[in-house]
Amino acid sequence: MIAAIAFYVFAAVLIGSAALVVSSRNPVHSVLFLILAFFNAAGLFLLAGAEFLAMVLVIVYVGAVAVLFLFVVMMLDVNFDQMREGVQRYAPIGAAVGAVLFLELIVTVAGWQFVPNVTLHLASATPAGVTNTAALGHLIYTDYIFLFQAAGLILLVAMIGAIVLTHRERGASRRQNIGVQQARTMANTLEMMTVAIGAGSRQTGILRPLPPPARPLDDHDDHGHGGHDDGHGHDDHAHAGGH
Amino acid sequence: MTTGTVTTITPMPGGISMAVGVGHYLVVGAVLLLLGVFGIFLNRKNIIVIMMSIELILLAVNINLVAFSASLGDLAGQVLAMFVLTVAAAEAAIGLAIVVVYFRNRGSIQVEDVGLMKG
Repeated sequence: MIAAIAFYVFAAVLIGSAALVVSSRNPVHSVLFLILAFFNAAGLFLLAGAEFLAMVLVIVYVGAVAVLFLFVVMMLDVNFDQMREGVQRYAPIGAAVGAVLFLELIVTVAGWQFVPNVTLHLASATPAGVTNTAALGHLIYTDYIFLFQAAGLILLVAMIGAIVLTHRERGASRRQNIGVQQARTMANTLEMMTVAIGAGSRQTGILRPLPPPARPLDDHDDHGHGGHDDGHGHDDHAHAGGH
Repeated sequence: MTTGTVTTITPMPGGISMAVGVGHYLVVGAVLLLLGVFGIFLNRKNIIVIMMSIELILLAVNINLVAFSASLGDLAGQVLAMFVLTVAAAEAAIGLAIVVVYFRNRGSIQVEDVGLMKG
């Protein structure tokens, strides 16, 4: 009795939040209603005895996929109001397609029934006295091991693909080039000067550190011509000092 | 009857004591599927909401699989639902990555503007 009431509550909230996912004006609200829908679907799975799938739904979907959606929705600076423009135009088409689909489902359900001796043809029957998670584990590591491996491969490909797609080299970043650093010699970094006693830095032409270059430089330019730029800077300073 | 690792078969119908019949689950799944299809048409300009609608459709499939699995006492349905979850997660990751890259290149994710491959 209580389970039946829980089923109807979960189902009602699931359907309501799913309707709000597709009809919400703000995509952030859509994502939040999607999370609510996933939670209620997990409740339905629990009522059906599929505890492991319920937990997977909460962890994988709410914890990863929905948060991923939330990241993307909030990261992209998109004018979402502009995207709602054609709703009135598209709603009848969607309703028509939905109605056709609904009729097809009704026709299918009307003529559908279980095979009488269906229990004799189960692919992998539920073992008694074992928890759902243990039974699933026994199954996916034995009978469905290749499917399981393929699922892992799919996830690996998805992970690598997402990284390859979204990764970008930042040209402006000043990365450390250890080889160039090691190859520096004293001649192009240090200059020894004899300073007269009592002379200020302007008279002796002592170098001041140059301001950092404004334009982004490649690694080669940055390090290879660094000494050269210093030389020019030295000349400028010397002229300034002379005047 | 003995099959592989499984020694006992719980009797039909409703081997696991389901609170409500399988038909109720199927109705929920059907409504969810219709909402997903409707959402694809309703939000034709917003690729992100379209992807959320696809997630709803896959969730409807999962509900059907779990309902049949529970009512028949056949765990293969739950295994299949797990693989559907896997593929859906991979699809969401790749799809969102494509959306991010497209937005970075074009500055918009208008579905109607997408025609790079048309030449």
